[in-house]
Amino acid sequence: MAAQSPPPNTSLLSRPVKVVNIGLERFAKELESQSIPVVQVEWAPPAGGNAKLAALLAKLGS
Amino acid sequence: MKKIEDANAETLKRMLSGDPVLVDCIPASEAIPDLQKNMILHSGPPIDWARMCGPMRGAVTGIAVFEGWAKDLADAEKKAASGAYTFAPNHHHGAVGPMTGMTTISQPLLVVENRAFGNRAYCAINEGLGKVMRFGGNDAEVLGRLAWMRDELGPALGRALRDMGGIPLKTVISRGLSMGDEMHQRNIACSSLLLRLLAPALARTTTNGKILERCLDFIGRNDQFFLNVGMAMGKSITDPARGIPGSSIVTAMCRNGTDFGIRVSGTGDQWFTAPVEMPVGLYFPGFGEKDANPDMGDSAIVETIGLGGFAMAAAPAVVGFVGAGPASEAANFTRLMGEIAVGTNPEWTIPSMDYAGVPTGIDIRRVVETQIAPTINTGIAHRQPGVGQVGAGIVKAPLACFENALLAFAETMGVA
Repeated sequence: MAAQSPPPNTSLLSRPVKVVNIGLERFAKELESQSIPVVQVEWAPPAGGNAKLAALLAKLGS
Repeated sequence: MKKIEDANAETLKRMLSGDPVLVDCIPASEAIPDLQKNMILHSGPPIDWARMCGPMRGAVTGIAVFEGWAKDLADAEKKAASGAYTFAPNHHHGAVGPMTGMTTISQPLLVVENRAFGNRAYCAINEGLGKVMRFGGNDAEVLGRLAWMRDELGPALGRALRDMGGIPLKTVISRGLSMGDEMHQRNIACSSLLLRLLAPALARTTTNGKILERCLDFIGRNDQFFLNVGMAMGKSITDPARGIPGSSIVTAMCRNGTDFGIRVSGTGDQWFTAPVEMPVGLYFPGFGEKDANPDMGDSAIVETIGLGGFAMAAAPAVVGFVGAGPASEAANFTRLMGEIAVGTNPEWTIPSMDYAGVPTGIDIRRVVETQIAPTINTGIAHRQPGVGQVGAGIVKAPLACFENALLAFAETMGVA
């Protein structure tokens, strides 16, 4: 028997939205252009996503 | 990793405990005994004639004529191409030089002694703005100024500094930061403070009134006079921090107009290089990006010790001068550089940041992890030999230098 999906939370967008955007700034800019308050958190994967360097950094205690 | 944290603590301690004092001005042949006829020290990591950019070539030919090693610029170029001159980085001889960074036997060098460790570092005297050798200038006006600096200004500075027993520099920097300097593209406060200290000793030791007048006038009209003092100071501070096993802190950043190079304490004197980037900034009237040469000079030694782009918050006026945005952005540059530094300097503080210390000790691990490249404030040279400065801006250190350094550093730590 297939699991039932939880009912959608319809109340989420029925009141003013407050957004924290992590990473790509374009999403924040898009919301800002619609006058939606956004807190932008600058984040990028360690070493820009380079797996070899990220693994070295983990071993070197960064 | 504890070994790295301990080593970095030692490196930072050595950098912060340095006691740089401007003690003398002497001919390069005395300061650097290894310097010989037909030998030219340049800025940045090692490079040969074939790979040198236009302004570097312009400076090489100019200095060869100045030293009497060639009869004219064409002759100097021919000789340089045929291997008549030996090239080596300033950094290999305890020296630094701005932009093209020419250092040869007869030039007077400022001497900064780090009295905490007993080492000395050297830099030529700043030539002023406009058409100058450090930006690749090489005509009669440029060579004439160098001759005057060799014959009058250098000896006068040497006499004055010896007479007064030297000028401790840490307090000059501290005051300069509170007066709006970041010591790379803005040195007006430190240049003024230095002249105030030097003037009485110059008057005591230079009895010829005309020579004294020329010296005071030259220093007084040069807002960047202190830059070269600050660079020698930076070299004197970072040299004792070299070669500490396990330390991931940068001990030198420099560029030769072709390559950007860094050294890291834990990997000794090995250079890690990558193609240098173009500065982004503002140009003098009549010039633009098409005229610009990629970045040059050993002057990034000031960023290596937490000044220049790292101390941007102290100098809001410079943000506009280098075209890096509104003055209100100044503190953001310093905060960002704090993300890649292991500590701050409690003696060099920034009033507008509630007296926070300048970020000090660039950790290659943090640079690679965050992909935040050190920001360097810089002058922009014309890409053709003989033209000179055409603007000012900021440039990012290439991340590839830090990534390559990290790979080599990991090997020294037995990590693969």
